[in-house]
Amino acid sequence: MTTLVVGIAMYLEGMAVSTWVMGAGGLITAWFVFGWFRDVVTEGVKGLYSDQVDRSLRWGMIWFIFSEIMFFAAFFGALFYARTLSVPWLSGEDAATSRMLWDSMALDWPTAGPANAGMEWQPMSAWPLPTINTMILLTSGMTLTVAHHALKAGNRAKLIGFMWATVLLGMIFIGLQGYEYYEAYAHLNLRMDTGIYGSTFFMLTGFHGMHVVIGTLMLLVITLRCMKGHFQPESHFGFEGAAWYWHFVDVVWLGLYIFVYIL
Amino acid sequence: MAAALIAAPASADFSLLNMTQGVTESSRDIYGLHMTIFTITVVIGVGVFGAMFYSIFRHRKSRGVEPSKFHHSTTMEIVWTVIPLVILVAMAVPATQVLIDLDDTTNSEMTVEVTGYQWFWGYKYKGEDVQFLSRLDTDSDRARRLDSGIQPASVDNYLQNVDQRLVLPVDTRVRFQITGADVIHSWWMPDLGWKKDAIPGYVNEMWTEIEEPGVYRGRCAELCGRDHGFMPVVVEALPKAEFDEWLANRQAGGTGMTADSDETPETDGELAAR
Amino acid sequence: MASSPPGNENQTGETVEMTATTYDHAAHEGEPTGFKRWLVTTNHKDIGSMYLLFSLAMFLLGGAMALVIRAELFQPGLQIVDPYFFNQMTTMHALVMIFGAVMPAFTGLANWMIPLMVGAPDMALPRMNNWSFWLLPFGFAVLLSTLFMPGGGPAGGWTMYPPLMLQTGTAFPFVIFAIHVLGISSIMGSINVIATILNMRAPGMSLMKMPLFVWTWLITAYLMIAVMPVLAGAVTMLLTDQYFGTTFFSAAGGGDPVLYQHIFWFFGHPEVYILILPAFGIISTIIPTFARKPLFGYSSMVYATASIAFLSFIVWAHHMFTVGMPLAGELFFMYSTMLIAVPTGVKVFNWVSTMWRGAMTFEAPMLFALAFVFLFTIGGFSGLMLAIAPADFQYHDTYFVVAHFHYVLVTGAVFAILAAAYYWMPKWTGHMYSERLAQWHFWMSVIFVNVLFFPQHFLGLAGMPRRIPDYSVQFADWNMVSSIGGFGFGFAQLIFVWLLIKCIRGGQQAEAKAWEGASGLEWDVPSPAPHHTFDTPPVVR
Ligand code: HEA
Ligand code: HEA
Ligand code: CUA
Ligand SMILES: [Cu+2]
Repeated sequence: MTTLVVGIAMYLEGMAVSTWVMGAGGLITAWFVFGWFRDVVTEGVKGLYSDQVDRSLRWGMIWFIFSEIMFFAAFFGALFYARTLSVPWLSGEDAATSRMLWDSMALDWPTAGPANAGMEWQPMSAWPLPTINTMILLTSGMTLTVAHHALKAGNRAKLIGFMWATVLLGMIFIGLQGYEYYEAYAHLNLRMDTGIYGSTFFMLTGFHGMHVVIGTLMLLVITLRCMKGHFQPESHFGFEGAAWYWHFVDVVWLGLYIFVYIL
Repeated sequence: MAAALIAAPASADFSLLNMTQGVTESSRDIYGLHMTIFTITVVIGVGVFGAMFYSIFRHRKSRGVEPSKFHHSTTMEIVWTVIPLVILVAMAVPATQVLIDLDDTTNSEMTVEVTGYQWFWGYKYKGEDVQFLSRLDTDSDRARRLDSGIQPASVDNYLQNVDQRLVLPVDTRVRFQITGADVIHSWWMPDLGWKKDAIPGYVNEMWTEIEEPGVYRGRCAELCGRDHGFMPVVVEALPKAEFDEWLANRQAGGTGMTADSDETPETDGELAAR
Repeated sequence: MASSPPGNENQTGETVEMTATTYDHAAHEGEPTGFKRWLVTTNHKDIGSMYLLFSLAMFLLGGAMALVIRAELFQPGLQIVDPYFFNQMTTMHALVMIFGAVMPAFTGLANWMIPLMVGAPDMALPRMNNWSFWLLPFGFAVLLSTLFMPGGGPAGGWTMYPPLMLQTGTAFPFVIFAIHVLGISSIMGSINVIATILNMRAPGMSLMKMPLFVWTWLITAYLMIAVMPVLAGAVTMLLTDQYFGTTFFSAAGGGDPVLYQHIFWFFGHPEVYILILPAFGIISTIIPTFARKPLFGYSSMVYATASIAFLSFIVWAHHMFTVGMPLAGELFFMYSTMLIAVPTGVKVFNWVSTMWRGAMTFEAPMLFALAFVFLFTIGGFSGLMLAIAPADFQYHDTYFVVAHFHYVLVTGAVFAILAAAYYWMPKWTGHMYSERLAQWHFWMSVIFVNVLFFPQHFLGLAGMPRRIPDYSVQFADWNMVSSIGGFGFGFAQLIFVWLLIKCIRGGQQAEAKAWEGASGLEWDVPSPAPHHTFDTPPVVR
């Protein structure tokens, strides 16, 4: 993993060997993660797990998700700060700043900031894509729950069917999100450097998108494991962990939908 | 080494042990707050440490004491939650008053814009058509180079002198509007009781009313890169009449230097070139 | 095979019934040996030892950097280093000390002691444990390597404020990713601690029976999981501001450099309590042992710790009184900060009451603990002075602040770690350390540390800013004193290194219960603690 980040850093600094280092780092990381989970899975399947280990894994997952929430909190914090403090200050609430440095320019959210005043661009509207995406994610949350009930009820066919549905919805979400970015860059002139709006928009949705990708991969693995019959109706922590993660990604999206797109 | 330990305090001037009282009402208020809190903590400290050392000397095993077994007392715990709380409230009241007073930048008679650059200051007298830059004087600048071979002590006001001082009138309510041009700096003048960050893209305000003429020295107080240690602030406070003279001279294109400043001024041409 | 007899009576506190059998698996077949053993180990004691040794190495390194700083400041004028390199030293010194020395030391102690204290066979997630440790040396390799890059290492202070931080050279992305890696390591470490404490306690050990060290760590772990990601978020935004044109921290695009400071200190303030709460736990363990008297006010200690943790989330802007916040903000952060004195005071008073009418002896752990109570409180008092916003307009960014935080960090956190090291060294190595060397170490440390940091109060009040390589001549005397103290304190630490090596290699055999007044499950297993302990949990009544 260290190799991976060194590689990315070298890439950012434009160093020649960076791609190789990055690639190697990615592989090493993947190998470690894979090895680790393989061991856990093997032990799980062998039924070596006592209730206690099961509970430890649960606590582990819960606190991991909590840490992710706080990661998002930093970016949401930036959004709230910009909207309620810095932009109003720049546009006149703080008289000295606005008059002395920014020619008393009025700014309204969404804004690209005083220095980009002449720039032509449009914010992302909540309709249609983001709303559709919201529906998709909410639906995926439901299909996942159905799958979970099926698992508990021992209904394998239903379980696997609904799992695939969930994975598929996740992938559609990612696809649509990619399309949205394409739209933003190609037609709206909305880019990462479109001032504070562009910054917060891409940071929040991008970071979320990354989590959807991870979540989808997790669900995919879980689906494959369901097909292999790794889970029992009474004990299926792997399944639940992935499901919690997915619901968390869902809830973050709702926050995004409200604060980034609608308000 | 022992000699240095003893010599240092002996040679140290008492004013170098404590905060300056400064030359404005605010700086004296702040000094007052500082001394009040300091005294309170010393008193609490004497109490707490007194009890601790008493216990260390009396309740030691080598004196053959038997340890007692008590391990809690709700009364005591309430007492030492409530008493500190009361003390804190008592401290917060004057602090709040001073803070409210400092915050009010209205009713000023003149305004100076201060801009922090890497690594010097820019001053502009608002509405007076006077502006200039103020940087470390050449003597200090030469002496401060790595291995310059010049003894800092041999330089007059080493690192505390500038080429052009900020000249202000006494007994006048002056407002400062502070900003930064590149990175964050902080304009600090201990004798005025103020330190305010100079933030690029934003303006911070503060005010002062100097009571005594004199030359006051401060420095940049926010890490701003390589030469952060070398961007002093010097304020020269003049009686009102002299200040007006200075300002008029400056506006007429003169250097506006007062008799007691020995530095070479930077020309406005150089300033415009920036 | 060593086994302790059942029904082992615990001298003080609660009675512990040992149904546990402890095995010595050191020669257990199938376990790798040599380097491989350390690389892949999932044993909490091995990992704990690795953390502790890593931390010691980093302490020496960070201390060496501090000595570069102190050597340059010995006299006015620049003699040794260039100002830019000086700034790199300041930045790195802080990062190495905080993330490399103090945090790993606490994690190491947690790894070693928490399973022993709660009667668990190991940490809850042993494989993750191995990961969390090994990320550290790699993260630091990246971080330290930046010093040798074109343009040098980070030089914007450990707080890394933009826009200054954006002027860093090639090192920039490496620093940020190093922080990410260190953050991941701490988060994983903390998750493990929480899972262990919540889930692995021996039957009968209710939460309110846990040793205070365990309690303080539980709360610390919670703080870490809450704030390390926030730091990661802050530096991620720095990264995108630099490379992808975002404007989080630039007014031109509608952002604000001060936004970074808010996010940073939302992490940074809880972080300083991360650096002190486990220390409180250690002190609360050691004082009762050597006063031979139960801890005064156990439950109020727990509540005080929790209140400190809670308050730590709402005081962050006291580091930013001079950035020009609105009045209401200044007032709010001033009041909330002052409030922290109350629960901290409860702790100090409880420690003193624990000593009161005890029967004290003064071995090295106790000496360090007493010095902690005294000197940390002085640091707390100066913290309270800093909390008074108008006064902070004068104190901010001066050596007064430097003095404040070294009192809480060095004579606080570091002294507590040293106390813990002496206290549990017999358990780790099986040998008693040399009390004579330890007394030397203590007295040298406690004298020189005050010579080092006390004069910095004066320097700050007289107007010397922090983070400067050179100063005007009126500050010369006290700087010289401080530097002398710095070198003295540094060399005193070498005594500790020597003592530690001696103790690992041999010495008087330690008993299972190395201290007369000690209590707790860790003293029920033999010294040194066998590789595997509590395979069947002990029962605590
Ligand atoms: C272990 C770390 C640690 C701890 C525990 C503390 C504890 C405290 N700190 Fe400190 N602090 C730092 C580490 C720490 N700090 C660091 C590293 C910085 C600088 C960061 C940087 O800029 O690089 C800093 C900076 C800092 C500042 C900013 C200064 C500035 O830059 O201008 C402030 C301001 O409020 C502050 C306040 C406090 C307070 C009020 C406490 C309180 O928790 C203290 C409470 C304790 C007591 C008060 C003593 C015991 C109490 C009693 C005996 C009860 C009775 C007392 C009374 C009623 C008075 N600290
Ligand atoms: C836990 C944290 C911690 C610890 C333990 C210390 C320990 C010390 N600190 Fe540090 N310090 C900080 C945290 C810490 N500091 C922080 C957060 C800052 C702020 C940075 C910033 O502004 O961004 C700071 C800043 C800081 C400054 C201000 C720099 C500036 O503003 O420019 C100074 C100056 O005196 C200083 C000195 C010291 C000294 C002398 C020690 C001593 O206690 C160190 C003693 C230890 C030794 C000296 C090691 C002993 C080893 C040897 C003697 C042999 C060496 C051999 C080998 C390496 C093989 N520190
Ligand atoms: Cu300008 Cu420091
Ligand atoms: Cu703080």
